[in-house]
Amino acid sequence: MSAVTKEIGGASNGGKRVIPASKASKWYPAEDIPALKKARKTVRPAVLRASLKPGAVLIILAGRFRGKRVVLLKALEDGTLLVTGPFKVNGVPLRRVNPAYVIATSTVVSVDSVDVSTFTAAYFAREKKSKKEGEAEFFGDDEKKQKKVISETRVTDQKTVDTALLAEIKKVPALKAYLASSFSLKKGDKPHLMKF
Amino acid sequence: MTETHRLYVKGKHLAHQRGKRNTHPGVSLIQIEGVSSPKEAQFYFGKRVAYVYRAKKEIKGSKIRVIWGKITRSHGNSGVVRAKFRSNLPPKTFGASVRIMLYPSNI
Repeated sequence: MSAVTKEIGGASNGGKRVIPASKASKWYPAEDIPALKKARKTVRPAVLRASLKPGAVLIILAGRFRGKRVVLLKALEDGTLLVTGPFKVNGVPLRRVNPAYVIATSTVVSVDSVDVSTFTAAYFAREKKSKKEGEAEFFGDDEKKQKKVISETRVTDQKTVDTALLAEIKKVPALKAYLASSFSLKKGDKPHLMKF
Repeated sequence: MTETHRLYVKGKHLAHQRGKRNTHPGVSLIQIEGVSSPKEAQFYFGKRVAYVYRAKKEIKGSKIRVIWGKITRSHGNSGVVRAKFRSNLPPKTFGASVRIMLYPSNI
């Protein structure tokens, strides 16, 4: 309990007195109020498996780019991985992928020269649609017919990352062709015995 | 020869788990191609399985349907695994092939 000292008037009252800051209740509650549970859990950043280090070449297992080999640039704070094809080599743009849908290979590219500080989870977040009223909106007339335009910042960012990464890729023989080729299982292939 | 785009391992739906008289359709037994021991099967634990089939009626513009499932554990000593599907695979799929996906990956 915090206390407040107050000046008290009157000669025989001692000058000041220590008074509790909030007045005590006159009564006790008839029933005990249960104490609130303390939240002991905290949000911790996702721990990635050891093979997912920046620069590793990954194989994407599902989705639009399944089978493609891509370069891991960094792990984002939302638990996803930032990858790029590079776009010029195999058509995979700067993109977030879920680490569960990725096989890490033992091939590693140096990505020290690539600046990835601008990329965060917020960078890739989708723009919220403005909720407009109206019939045209309701039937989805205008928006669906328009082709999605890729923003200019994305294009320039892709180009700067690609040029830096391509310079590194060109240093290693056959690496560019390796990234351009896609992974697939052939007859008799046993992924449980493969060494990726 | 054209390039393949297969990113799954083929498997066969053998049967439901069963005893002498009772069947347990909640658990399906699957033989994965190229797997012949429980140790080799270990790689596939937790992996997603898809039974893909064709039906007459289109749903959302596709006649192809999928029943998804998950490999749970091994079964016996010959590399057969147990799997659970979101809805149980019907007995007429005994002998049909299923797709064992490579995800969720832990490599």
